[in-house]
Amino acid sequence: MTKGILGRKVGMTQVFDESGNIIPVTVIEAGPCHVLQLKSQERDGYEAVQLGFDDKPRRLANRSERGQVAPLSSKRAKKLAAAGVEASAKPDCEPKRFVRELRGSTEGFEIGQEVSVGVLSDVKAVDIVGTSKGRGYAGVMKRHNFAGQRATHGVKKVHRHTGGTGCSAYPSRTFKGLNMSGQYGNAKVTQRNVKVVKVDEENNLILVYGAAPGPNGGFVVVKATNMV
Amino acid sequence: MSQDLMNKVEAAYKKPEVDQFEIGDTVEVHTKILEGNKERIQVYSGTVIARSGSGTREMFTVRRIVGGEGVEKKFPLHSPKVDKVVSTRKSVVRRAKLYYLRDRVGKATRLTERRV
Repeated sequence: MTKGILGRKVGMTQVFDESGNIIPVTVIEAGPCHVLQLKSQERDGYEAVQLGFDDKPRRLANRSERGQVAPLSSKRAKKLAAAGVEASAKPDCEPKRFVRELRGSTEGFEIGQEVSVGVLSDVKAVDIVGTSKGRGYAGVMKRHNFAGQRATHGVKKVHRHTGGTGCSAYPSRTFKGLNMSGQYGNAKVTQRNVKVVKVDEENNLILVYGAAPGPNGGFVVVKATNMV
Repeated sequence: MSQDLMNKVEAAYKKPEVDQFEIGDTVEVHTKILEGNKERIQVYSGTVIARSGSGTREMFTVRRIVGGEGVEKKFPLHSPKVDKVVSTRKSVVRRAKLYYLRDRVGKATRLTERRV
């Protein structure tokens, strides 16, 4: 598997390096995660390790989420057992709130195993995948950094609007793909090649340089970068 | 919960004991500066006019008059570069931010001394 772990963004602060310089960091509570499933070439067509982070109370988890982590009795399970079909291995842990797969060889992993932030202890830089803060239906000035229009000189209540979009006689139409207003944020964002400042195995924390996508409390995937 | 985690992170970078001083104090701030390969201590003295932030991000502002021109320097309280802060004189002040000193010149910038 790619070296990586699931976590939750705690917030930003600043720390000092050895020479006393201030470093802005984002604190991520990373792990411990459980291995929920192993995807194999024969069965699934690809290899990956499925990790789960953050326990979800059983009363909130639906049946499929509970069945993912522990065997549930059902007519079908009994029928399969009677027919001599081996049940798939279960991790035997609590249901998880955040489940993601990390692609790569499953060697050295087994279902139910606990993965801690220690896997990233010798990693210099990581990619952080999160969901950006939602900004709703945003205008062009916020969404695409358009300049808007003038405050005075006869501009009529269109100060934050885009300008013309279709030109004149030629081409007499709007080109496809033109930047316009619309849903902004609340999308998957990958921040690549983010420097690791510190890995705190005792408290399951990782400190990365600068910002990370999403709100405080948002779930993120932190994995070793593949950038050179 | 998340604030606990933040405190754990910051605890490692905070000074176990910070020098005691208050708003309105005249202080000497001893900072370490690197000249070539040699480290030396530089002293900057003035009046503390503000403290802001919390945790490792706490800063304090020291104001002084240099050549008739007001100069303010902002220091991170927990920075390893700030060696020590020595309070030399305490004053009677009634607010947490003494920004009104910026509008004053000459004798009007004086603060009444508080004898402890």
